[in-house]
Amino acid sequence: MNPVNYLYLAALLFTIGAAGVLIRRNAIVVFMCVELMLNACNLAFVTFSRMHGNLDGQIIAFFTMVVAAAEVVVGLAIIVSVFRSRHSASVDDASLMKL
Amino acid sequence: MSFPLLTATAALPAIGAVATAAVPAARRTTAKWLALVFSLATLVLAGIALARFEPGGDRYQLTESHAWIKDFGVRYELGVDGIGVALMALTALLIPFVILAGWHDADPLETKSSRWRPTQGFFALILMVEAMVILSFEATDVFLFYILFEAMLIPMYFLIGGFGDRAHTGSDENAAAQRSYAAVKFLLYNLVGGLIMLAAVIGLYVVAGTFSLSEIAEARANGSLSMATGTERWLFLGFFFAFAVKAPLWPLHTWLPNAMGEATSPVAVLITAVVDKVGTFAMLRFCLQLFPEASKWATPVIIVLALISIVYGALLAVGQRDIKRLIAYASISHFGFIILGIFAMTSQGQSGATLYMVNHGISTAALMLVAGFLITRRGSRLIADYGGVQKVAPILAGTFLIGGLATLSLPGLAPFVSEFLVLVGAFSAYPAAGIIATTGIVLAALYVLVLYQRTMTGPVKAEVQGMADLKVRELAVVLPLIALLLFLGVYPKPLTEIVNPAVQHTMSDVQKKDPQPEVEAAK
Amino acid sequence: MENLIALLVAAPLLGAAVLLCGGRRLDRAGHWIGTLLAAASFVVGVVLFLDMLGKGAEDRALHQKLFSWIPVEGFQADVAFQLDQLSMTFVLLITGVGTLIHIYSIGYMEHDERRRRFFGYLNLFLAAMLILVIADNYLLLYVGWEGVGLASYLLIGFWQHKPSAATAAKKAFLVNRVGDMGLSIAIMLMFTTFGTFAFGPVLEATGETGEGKLTAIGLMLLLAACGKSAQVPLQSWLGDAMEGPTPVSALIHAATMVTAGVYLIVRSGAIFNAAPDAQLVVVVVGAVTLLFGAIVGCAKDDIKKALAGSTMSQIGYMILAAGLGPIGYVFAIMHLVTHGFFKAGLFLGAGSVMHGMNDEVDMRKFGGLRKYMPVTFITFGLGYLAIIGFPGLSGFFSKDKIIEAAFAKGGTEGWILGSVALLGAAITAFYMTRVMLLTFFGEKRWQPDAEGHEPHPHESPKSMTIPMIVLAFGSVFAGGFFSIGDRFLNWLEPVTGHSHGHAPVSATTVTAATMVVLVIGVAIAWAMYGRKPVPVVAPRGSLLTRAARRDLLQDDFNHVVLVRGGEHLTRSLVYVDHTLVDGVVNGTAASMGGLSGRLRKLQNGYARSYAVSMFGGTAVLIAATLLMRAV
Repeated sequence: MNPVNYLYLAALLFTIGAAGVLIRRNAIVVFMCVELMLNACNLAFVTFSRMHGNLDGQIIAFFTMVVAAAEVVVGLAIIVSVFRSRHSASVDDASLMKL
Repeated sequence: MSFPLLTATAALPAIGAVATAAVPAARRTTAKWLALVFSLATLVLAGIALARFEPGGDRYQLTESHAWIKDFGVRYELGVDGIGVALMALTALLIPFVILAGWHDADPLETKSSRWRPTQGFFALILMVEAMVILSFEATDVFLFYILFEAMLIPMYFLIGGFGDRAHTGSDENAAAQRSYAAVKFLLYNLVGGLIMLAAVIGLYVVAGTFSLSEIAEARANGSLSMATGTERWLFLGFFFAFAVKAPLWPLHTWLPNAMGEATSPVAVLITAVVDKVGTFAMLRFCLQLFPEASKWATPVIIVLALISIVYGALLAVGQRDIKRLIAYASISHFGFIILGIFAMTSQGQSGATLYMVNHGISTAALMLVAGFLITRRGSRLIADYGGVQKVAPILAGTFLIGGLATLSLPGLAPFVSEFLVLVGAFSAYPAAGIIATTGIVLAALYVLVLYQRTMTGPVKAEVQGMADLKVRELAVVLPLIALLLFLGVYPKPLTEIVNPAVQHTMSDVQKKDPQPEVEAAK
Repeated sequence: MENLIALLVAAPLLGAAVLLCGGRRLDRAGHWIGTLLAAASFVVGVVLFLDMLGKGAEDRALHQKLFSWIPVEGFQADVAFQLDQLSMTFVLLITGVGTLIHIYSIGYMEHDERRRRFFGYLNLFLAAMLILVIADNYLLLYVGWEGVGLASYLLIGFWQHKPSAATAAKKAFLVNRVGDMGLSIAIMLMFTTFGTFAFGPVLEATGETGEGKLTAIGLMLLLAACGKSAQVPLQSWLGDAMEGPTPVSALIHAATMVTAGVYLIVRSGAIFNAAPDAQLVVVVVGAVTLLFGAIVGCAKDDIKKALAGSTMSQIGYMILAAGLGPIGYVFAIMHLVTHGFFKAGLFLGAGSVMHGMNDEVDMRKFGGLRKYMPVTFITFGLGYLAIIGFPGLSGFFSKDKIIEAAFAKGGTEGWILGSVALLGAAITAFYMTRVMLLTFFGEKRWQPDAEGHEPHPHESPKSMTIPMIVLAFGSVFAGGFFSIGDRFLNWLEPVTGHSHGHAPVSATTVTAATMVVLVIGVAIAWAMYGRKPVPVVAPRGSLLTRAARRDLLQDDFNHVVLVRGGEHLTRSLVYVDHTLVDGVVNGTAASMGGLSGRLRKLQNGYARSYAVSMFGGTAVLIAATLLMRAV
């Protein structure tokens, strides 16, 4: 099968994730959409690796997974503590970061 | 390897600053004495440097050179010519007086807790400024100079913003707002100047491939480094702008009256007599040496600006109601003279300008510090709040008058020598400029004598009635300065001998010859 | 002998230093130290004078170089002294009259708690004045020139608690500074023209440059002379300077300092000789001032201010003579010396009168004092006869010579100048007779003051009368002594040169004319003030009288144009500095602040809008990159 199709899939996944980040208010869902975007990137990396015939893309994909895992740890902790103090998981409620 | 005298002269106050800052909160007096001792030791080292300097010898002496940032060719290169060594000595000389005059200026207020340590900070910052200024007079690497030029803003910012004059009108909050306005204004003005200079410094590196002053000068002299006219002019303007802000030259002067008015008198002396001198010094050293052609190109405009500074500063001094702001505007007028002397590009003008830097430092210090003693006693900076001080405190009035007479360049006192040299130098190159500048001496008499008349003479005002005369500590500040003014006014030869060779070097850098007297030219 | 020259200056300078730094310990002996050192300087002067007399006319000049003062490439200023006949004349006048006035001040200032400082200032003045006259170059002369200005400032404002004194002192210094500006420009011109400003080289090289340069130098020197010698248009400070203690008025503002301008012009004779245009301006200034001062002197009721007007007028004579060139130089100096005697004597007499009258200065409140103070009356009277030119007394010889010289200028110019000088002599006779009559003759007119103290006029102590007697002696005999056998002429001629000019009228005619106008002047004064009682309150007077009382409105002009105008100028500049120069900077800062206030609205805190801008930004960047690549 033509590897380019995987790239189309990656782009589709990325767009779905991006739209989710921009549209959804629930922090958990936003978070999941971020993960979706990251995984879309991973897919693209692996595809490129395959297309170019070297391992660079796969190595970066591993890095991304590690970063994503770390991000989950920190991000979920923040969401939980925000939920505890504000009793809401909506990103629009947490709008205090402004001048 | 010989003893690194120049590094030591700059390092000693820096060490002193750290040591002073480390003194525990309760031992304020120890901190004061420590600062004084360090500043005196620096003075001794500067004196040795002055003695070791041979006027007839190499251009840069007591040189030191070490690699610093190899990738960019930045070196830690020190060396002094006659101008640098004279100004270094001036700085080292003035700091002990500044410290002694500000002995009680940073004593903690009773409202604060005993763990508060402003005293230590005040004296540590002064020593820090001293270290940086001395090193900037010694630096012969453009990048090193630039770093010091910018770095000295930081301690100065805290000195102005953190330790204001306690004599103010209006509420405390209002005074604090004024003070932080002055400090921020000082910082922003000088930072903008400095950033433009940074661009020029980088540009210079791109063109010349080195930061070393001597290498660039040599390359320029033997023709291996030629700059396009446009490039040279832009680089010159970048450097000059920064120095003109610091000096300060009209119309970039408005930070000075605010800063000098709000700071305590010793800090005001530090600003005008020490830090600002770096600006005029750098014009001589960097602008003229690195960009001789561009300097000549810009001369007409700069001379006009200098003349405006002279007359405008003096006229505004006449119109001031605040003693310290009056002295600040007088200084603007005097900086106009210095810049006029530098850019007249005659031997007399440049020697005069260099002497002027030294003499103005001493005379302003004398006048400003006595004014500070006066202001502390009465708790007001407004001229109108005084009257008849002469009757109750004759010594204070007498020293104030001598400081004032020095400011108006009375013959017999040091500033006369330099002012006359500047005038002659300017006149022989640009007669009209010389004549316009001469009006400055009339205006100087006006603002000094009006100030003296309103504060010191006439019937004794009720608030002034119990005013004490100068104390021993204050006399120890003022009398040596006055003695020096007299000595350098009657016998300036030791100073001119040091300065003259350096001036001749600069004159040959810009490839200018003194205009010949008409009678000899005719022959 | 040369080495003694520095001693002339050193003695009073030491006195000034000791007295001003010595503190209260010296209060009891201070005046003696000051007087002694002034006298020491006089003795040194006499020794040098006797030595000079023993030499031939050509090698009398002494020269002493102390040290190199300002050595800069191409610019050499030395502290070096030159003592020739001209300087010697001044040295003797300054130290001689100076010593007498020191002695006088011991009595006059007896009750002043700051007497020590007064003597310190007087010594400082002597030192500066001596530097002025024995300097061998213009720059050192400038040091003395400003030095006497400083001493004058300190002494006019000696009673600083009086606002009027402080203002007068400031005014004197400022007006003098305008003149000093002229001197410094003259020095700069000399430097650019001749490469030096030492007397010798400059005055010998006048032939090597154009007349234009010399005229410019001459006019600048004249400006300086106008400031120091209170000549129109810089004369306004002298009247106010009378706020100072009377000995100061006698020494500084009559006998010595104010004549420095004459010295400067005579010393620079070679420049003026080669610049006829400058000379013409000099004589015009002299002639105008001699009338101006005389008219002002007629209207003043304040005895010191009347004398100040007279001083101005007499110096006008000297400047006029100096402007005549070699015809007049010698006579300018001769009148200067005799004037030093009689005017100092008159001022000391006035001081003595004030001393006895509780410091009253209004002559309308004197009257009949001859009975109460006989010594003062006689010495003052001799000074009076000398100044109006009574035959045989000093003023007769010196002033008569100037009038003759003015006629000898030749042509219409000579006639005009001579007539002005004659007219001046008539007015002099009038106002001096007026002073004399108002003060010493007629009925007593003083009344108790507000607190009921009636003045008890009395003769002054010996320390005051003796100097007056000595000066009266000089007023009587100096002129005759100088003129017999042309002693003074022969003494000065080697320095200043001399020519006789072409007198259109004989000397006898001039003398006769002078006598006639003198009698007319005295007669008018007697008719107005001697025959009938004098009102205590001055009558309103004619328009001219009222203008003359106000110094011919020159002060009002200064006040309106310079003082008020200057105040407006500085105030508006302060405003401009604050609003415009500072405003541009603060405006930039404010607009930056406004802009950032707008921009910060973008930071609304909604995470999703930040995300949109991130996506948008990335999209723009990618699009730009692709576009660039496509191009």
